Amino acid sequence: MTAQAAEQRELAVVIGLEVHVQLETATKIFCGCSTRADEDEAPNTRTCPTCLGLPGALPVLNEGAVEAAVKIGKALSAEIPEQTTFHRKNYYYPDLPKNFQLTQYDAPICADGSLEISVEGTRRSIGITRAHLEEDPGSLQHKGGSIDTADYTLVNYNRAGTPLVEIVTEPDFRSPAETRAFLAKLEEVLAYLGVFDATRDGSLRVDANISLVDAEAVAEDGSISDEALESANRTEVKNISSHKGAEKALAYEVTRQKNAIQRGRVIEQETRHWDETRGITVSMRSKEAEKDYRYFREADLPPLEVSDWKAKIPIPELPDARRDRFASEYGLDGESASKLTSTKAVADFFEDVAESFDPDLAATWVADNLLGELNYRDMEVTDISDRLEEFTTLISLVDADEVTVKNAEEIVLRSMLDEGDDPETIIDREGLGKADDDAIGAFVTEAIEENPDAVEDYHNGEDGALNFLVGQVMQKSRGSADPGTVNALLQDELA
Amino acid sequence: MSYNIFLNEEQIDGAADGPLSEMTIAIKDNISTEGVATTCGSNMLASYVPPYDATVVSKIKDAGATIVGKVNMDEFGMGGTTETSAFGPTKNPVDPERVPGGSSGGSAAAVAAGKADLAIGSDTGGSVRNPAAFCGVVGIKPTYGLVSRYGLIAYANSLEQIGPLANSVEDAARLLDVISGQDPHDGTTRSQGDNSAYADAADGDVSGMTIGVIRELFDGADKRVVETVEQSIEALESQGAETIDVSLASLEHAVQAYYVIAMSEASSNLARFDGVRYGLSGGYDGNWNETFADAREEGFGDEVKRRILLGTYALSAGYHDKYYKKAQDARAWVRQDFDNAFSDVDVLASPTMPVLPPKLGESLSDPLQLYLMDANTVPVNLANLPAISVPAGEADGLPVGLQLIGPQFGEESIIRAASAVEN
Repeated sequence: MTAQAAEQRELAVVIGLEVHVQLETATKIFCGCSTRADEDEAPNTRTCPTCLGLPGALPVLNEGAVEAAVKIGKALSAEIPEQTTFHRKNYYYPDLPKNFQLTQYDAPICADGSLEISVEGTRRSIGITRAHLEEDPGSLQHKGGSIDTADYTLVNYNRAGTPLVEIVTEPDFRSPAETRAFLAKLEEVLAYLGVFDATRDGSLRVDANISLVDAEAVAEDGSISDEALESANRTEVKNISSHKGAEKALAYEVTRQKNAIQRGRVIEQETRHWDETRGITVSMRSKEAEKDYRYFREADLPPLEVSDWKAKIPIPELPDARRDRFASEYGLDGESASKLTSTKAVADFFEDVAESFDPDLAATWVADNLLGELNYRDMEVTDISDRLEEFTTLISLVDADEVTVKNAEEIVLRSMLDEGDDPETIIDREGLGKADDDAIGAFVTEAIEENPDAVEDYHNGEDGALNFLVGQVMQKSRGSADPGTVNALLQDELA
Repeated sequence: MSYNIFLNEEQIDGAADGPLSEMTIAIKDNISTEGVATTCGSNMLASYVPPYDATVVSKIKDAGATIVGKVNMDEFGMGGTTETSAFGPTKNPVDPERVPGGSSGGSAAAVAAGKADLAIGSDTGGSVRNPAAFCGVVGIKPTYGLVSRYGLIAYANSLEQIGPLANSVEDAARLLDVISGQDPHDGTTRSQGDNSAYADAADGDVSGMTIGVIRELFDGADKRVVETVEQSIEALESQGAETIDVSLASLEHAVQAYYVIAMSEASSNLARFDGVRYGLSGGYDGNWNETFADAREEGFGDEVKRRILLGTYALSAGYHDKYYKKAQDARAWVRQDFDNAFSDVDVLASPTMPVLPPKLGESLSDPLQLYLMDANTVPVNLANLPAISVPAGEADGLPVGLQLIGPQFGEESIIRAASAVEN
C-alpha cells in the first residue's frame, strides 16, 4: 500500500485486556501465610516452606480464594465449571520460587462472562473470555541498575503465593476510554464483592493487546471478523496499574500506531512497556519465538468440585442493581442515583445517612455537597473514610437547625476538608452556632434602639423598613440567626 | 564391612513413649528432617538443611522411634541400584559385590545389615520394593494418598509414596500404621489410613483368598526368579489360597508410559534447583539463564540430567500430545486393567524384580536395560495401588522378592497375604 493510500484509510481501534487482580483473602492461595504486608516488614519473613518453594513442601488450595473467584464469576455472569483444576506453567525466573507458576489452564474457574459499561451515555457489553486463579510470584529489587545492568538483584518472597485472578476480555474495546470505564467498573464490582483492596500496592495490574484495523472491518454491531483481527499486527502493553493509566497508555499507543500506519510503516508485533512518568510506551522485546510453558496438570492439587458453589455462595447487590434501587426506593433522579452508587463507599455512606435523615436531605448532602467539594479538591471518599461520622454530625446539626445551611455548606464543610477539624470545633471557632432566641432578642432590642428612623418608617407602613431591621439583626448575629425568627421577634417588639 | 549406607549418622531421638519406642529407624535422604542435612543423594543439595520436618518424620518421632541416620539413595530417586548417588554406591549386605537395588538402597541395606530395625523409603516406580527384593527384606508401597508426601523431595509427584521397610511384614505394617493418615499439608491424602490396624492384618491367614497371577510379568523374567516366586505362590495355595492366572494387556506399555510421566514431572519438580538458593560454587558468569544452566550442569549427575532433558522434551509444544498425553492415556488404561482384574481376585502376584541383584557397575552403562528392570513395579505406581515385596526365597544364594498388589486402599489384603509367605 502506498503511503498516500495508507493515509486515507479509516482505522478502528481493537483492544483486549488481561487484568491481574490480587484477591483480598486472609491467607495466601496455597499456604497459611498472611496476604497482608505489615508496614516496613523485613524481606522474606512472611513466608513458609510452601510459598518459599522449599524442596518437599506441598501446596494446599485455599478454598477462600476459589470462593472469591466464584463471586467474581457470578458478578461477571460467567459459567462456573463442574470442577476446577490447576496446572503448572513452567518457566525460569528468579521471582518464581519453584521455577513454575501454579495457574489454571483448561478448566478456569470462570468462563464466558460479560460486564456492562457506560461511556458518554452509551452502554456496551464487554465479553469476558475467562478468569482464572493463580499464584503471585515474589518481587525483585535490582541494585545498581535496571534489570539488565544491575550489579545484583535481591529476591523477596513475601508476595509469593498471594492469590491472583487473571481476567481476560474479548477484544471488544473500541477506544482507550472504554478500557478506562471497564477497569473502573471492574474495580467497583470487585470492591462491592469485598474481594479486592484497591489501596494495596500492585493490587491491579493490566496488560493490553492493541491493534488497528480497517474501519470497514467493523460490523454495525461492533463485531470484527477473526480475519481482520488476525491480519493486523498487535502490540502488548505491559505495566499498566490503574484505569487512568490504561486510558493514557492506550491513547499513546493508538497515536503511535496511527502515525506509523499513515507513514506506510508496518506495526511490529512486540511487547511494550508503559512508562508512566514519561507518558510513553517503550519497546521491551520484539516478537520472539512463542514461549513454550509446557503446561501440565498439578497432581498435588486434586480437582475441586465446584458445580454447586455458584448456587451456594451469595454475592451482594452490585452497582447497577443498587443504582436502580436507589432511584425507586429513595425517589432519586437518575443522575443522583448514579452519583451515589459510583463507589461502594459513597453508596454505603448515603444509605447510612438516609436511614437517619430525610432521603432528599441525605442525597443533597452526599451527592452534591460532599462529592462536589471532594471532587473540587481531587479527593475520593476513601480519603476521608475514617471521618464519615463527622459528616453525619454536620448533617444532623443542619437538620436540627443548629447551623444554617449556608454556613454548613460554605464554611464548615470546606474547612473540614481543608483543615481536617471536626464540625463542632469549626462552628465554635467561627461562632457559627445558631443564636438562641434570647441572644436574638438582645440583637433585636439593640437594632430598634440604634435605628429610630427605621422604626418610625415601619410604623408609617413603609415596606422596606422591616427588611432593613432584619438585615441589621442578621449582621449582628453574623448569620447565625434564622431570618424567620428575627422577623417574628421584630414584629412582636414593634407592635 | 562398610556398605556405604549412611550419608549422615546424626541421631534424632523420638518421644519417650510410643508404639515404636525401642525401635531404630533409618530415613531415606530425600525426606526432610529439620536441622539435619537432606541431600537427595545429590551434590545440588549437599549443603541443604531443611528448616522443617516431613510429616512422616514428625509422626515417627511422636511414635518414639530413634532415627539413626539419613541413608543413601539414587540421586533424586532416579535409578534402581543406588549407584547414581553423588556420594558413591551402597553395597548389598547379602553380597557386597552386588547392588542393593534402588532408589531406596540405603534404606533396604540398613535393615538387611541390622543397622536399623526399620527404614523409610520412597517408591516412585518401585524404589521401595526393588531394594527390598534385592536385599531380602520387606517393603511396602502404599496406595497413593495413604501416606503424606509433605517433606518428601519430589521426583515424580503423581506417582510416588513414602513406604516402610523392615525385616518382617508385621514390623513394616506397624510402621505403616504410624505414618499413614490424612495430612492437612498434603491435599492428596485420604482418610482411609487414619485409624489403621495394618499390623493386625499380618495374621498369616490366606484361606479363601483369591490370588491372581499376572502372567505377563513372569514372561521376561530370569528363570531362577520365576522358579522361586512360583514356589512361594504354591506355598500360599497349600495354605488355602486359590490362584488364577490373569492377563493385563496394558502392561506392555507401562514402562514407556511410566518414564514419560516420571521424567516430565521431574523436569518441573527439579526446576527450582537453579543455583539461586541451592547448588555448589555459585558466582557463575553470564545472564540469569546462563547462570542457571551452569549451576545445574555442575550440581546434577548424568542420570538426573538425562531425565530432565527427556522430560522437558516430552512436555514441549509439538511433542506434548505425542508423548505426555499418550502416556496419560496409557496410564488410564493400566488403571482400568487393574480395576477389572480386582473384580475377580483379592490380590495380584508377580516377581518384584525380573532379575537377581546385578553386580556393582554392571547395569549402569545401559540406561534402557536399567529402565526395563522396572517393568514389574511401575504399573503399580501408574495405577496408584498398594503393593508389597516380601522375600520369596533365594536363588543362587541371592534374595528373590514376591510382589503382591492390592486394590486401592487394600493394604490389609497384601499384608495378610505377605505374612502367609513368611509362614
